[in-house]
Amino acid sequence: MPHEPAHPMTSDAAPLPAPPQSPLRRLSAQLYRRPRVQLAALLAPPLGWLVIAYLGSLAIMLIGSFFTVDAFTGAIVTEPSLSNYQTILTSEVYRTIALRTVLIAAAVTITDALIAFPIAYYMARMASGRNRGLLVVSILLPLWSSYLVKVYAWYLILAENGILNWLLAPFGLKGPGYGDVATWLVFSYLWLPYMILPIYAALERVPGSLLEASADLGARSWFTFRRVVLPLVFPAVVAGSIFTFSLTLGDYITPKILSNTQFIGNVVYANVGVAGDLPFAAAYATVPILIMIVYLMLARKAGAFESL
Amino acid sequence: MEQSRPARIVLRIFTILTLVFIYFPIAVIVLYAFNGNTSLQWPIGNLTLEWFGRALRDPGIRSALLLSLEVATLATIVALFLGSLAAFAVQRFRFFGRETISFIVILPLALPGIVTGIALNSAFRAVGIPLGTLTIVLGHATFCVVVIYNNVIARLRRTARSTEEASMDLGADTFRTFHAITLPAIRTALLAGGILAFALSFDEVIVTTFTAGLQQTLPIWILSNYLRPTQAPLVNVVAVFVLLLSIVPVYVAARMSSGTGGASGTR
Repeated sequence: MPHEPAHPMTSDAAPLPAPPQSPLRRLSAQLYRRPRVQLAALLAPPLGWLVIAYLGSLAIMLIGSFFTVDAFTGAIVTEPSLSNYQTILTSEVYRTIALRTVLIAAAVTITDALIAFPIAYYMARMASGRNRGLLVVSILLPLWSSYLVKVYAWYLILAENGILNWLLAPFGLKGPGYGDVATWLVFSYLWLPYMILPIYAALERVPGSLLEASADLGARSWFTFRRVVLPLVFPAVVAGSIFTFSLTLGDYITPKILSNTQFIGNVVYANVGVAGDLPFAAAYATVPILIMIVYLMLARKAGAFESL
Repeated sequence: MEQSRPARIVLRIFTILTLVFIYFPIAVIVLYAFNGNTSLQWPIGNLTLEWFGRALRDPGIRSALLLSLEVATLATIVALFLGSLAAFAVQRFRFFGRETISFIVILPLALPGIVTGIALNSAFRAVGIPLGTLTIVLGHATFCVVVIYNNVIARLRRTARSTEEASMDLGADTFRTFHAITLPAIRTALLAGGILAFALSFDEVIVTTFTAGLQQTLPIWILSNYLRPTQAPLVNVVAVFVLLLSIVPVYVAARMSSGTGGASGTR
């Protein structure tokens, strides 16, 4: 295309033909003049669904948690009461289950942070370009591969006559079998990539000049790691922990398959299904929500949201 | 920081061990699918393809597979629609509450699965929608939106608006410009996001257990059959099948959107 003429068009240039008019074209012109209408048209369907249907569902659930179930008829009594929450706070059983869930979620988070650091460090600062790409893909692939299948694979591995006991037998050792240890191990396995990826991203962003400066000032590797690298990467660890913690809190399939002890999720699921006390299930489901809200506020303070 | 030689060796060993840890269960389940024995004991028996044939002929598995494919397709279509609309609104306009959109979009995936599950369950009951295929699709679409949204918005950020403006200056209207300029620019993002959403829906189990009623998707089929000794060999085969159907598309999607970061950070 030639350059824009410096002068206004001279008379010998033919006028542009008027664009063809069609209903679609008129609509287009109307829309162009009214960006607010465009915006409304774009936002209405997704917000209609997510705000009205999804947040609405959450609201219905929360309101429902203040109802009770009539012990005789099994019908839901729509008279607000705090009795469900009272049961949760006073009952030994429900407190133990909530505590177990939170403790295992915390243990999983710490385990994942410890396992993730070395591999993330290797990926970010030692692997060559090609290897790094390969490593990222090999961390991403299992993240997306079927959750249930991975749990089921561990169900086979940890079985009494499964491969783990077979591998350990020559050393006179035995695997953990099914139970809380198995749940902890498998949760750590499942959510590990969620911890590796943010730590890797953060380590990659640490400027090499800072490390050199630290070394020039006489710090040894370990000191530099503790005083320079760790503080810079900590927000990423917290970002990863949001996933490891939240996903463990809300899970019930893994404990169901690998253990006979209960998690918050198992109680919720049982009350939606067999036991049929939906209001109580809703009330108990608010426990992980409240814990996550507190956790997210703490994470925000630690600057984790910039590392997500 | 230059690591000392021992530190480098230790880090390398840790990396290899972690990779072994990550891939060991996947290798085990693949081996079990070819197991000649009906028991789940290790070591497994002679390798056989028998169970693959039986699984293909099993009516329960077949209908669960069909339902899973149907649900994943429909949920992906709904999510493509909702997710890209939200991405365009956030990327192209300034409005009150803009920053909250990304938060609301990620909420169904960030909140524990039981919360999303029970919330939808209560709502469907309250409104009077019977649990079935429709409710599974609606549940899956809800948490798939974020994948599309992330992929499309990442692409829109990297696409210059100048080509669109040029198209309009040359006389194309909004729709023609969208068709000729914008859509080709975001096509691979839509495809990659769509594949990830499909994979996400295909193996989802927690929300599904709250919204499926008596319907069985493939993961639900595994969940209700893995304890039956006679079904165990078939469960192994179905597990490998589900694994393949989630890994292969994700690999393709990762190749397509490499560098956008669309595949990382979300499940």
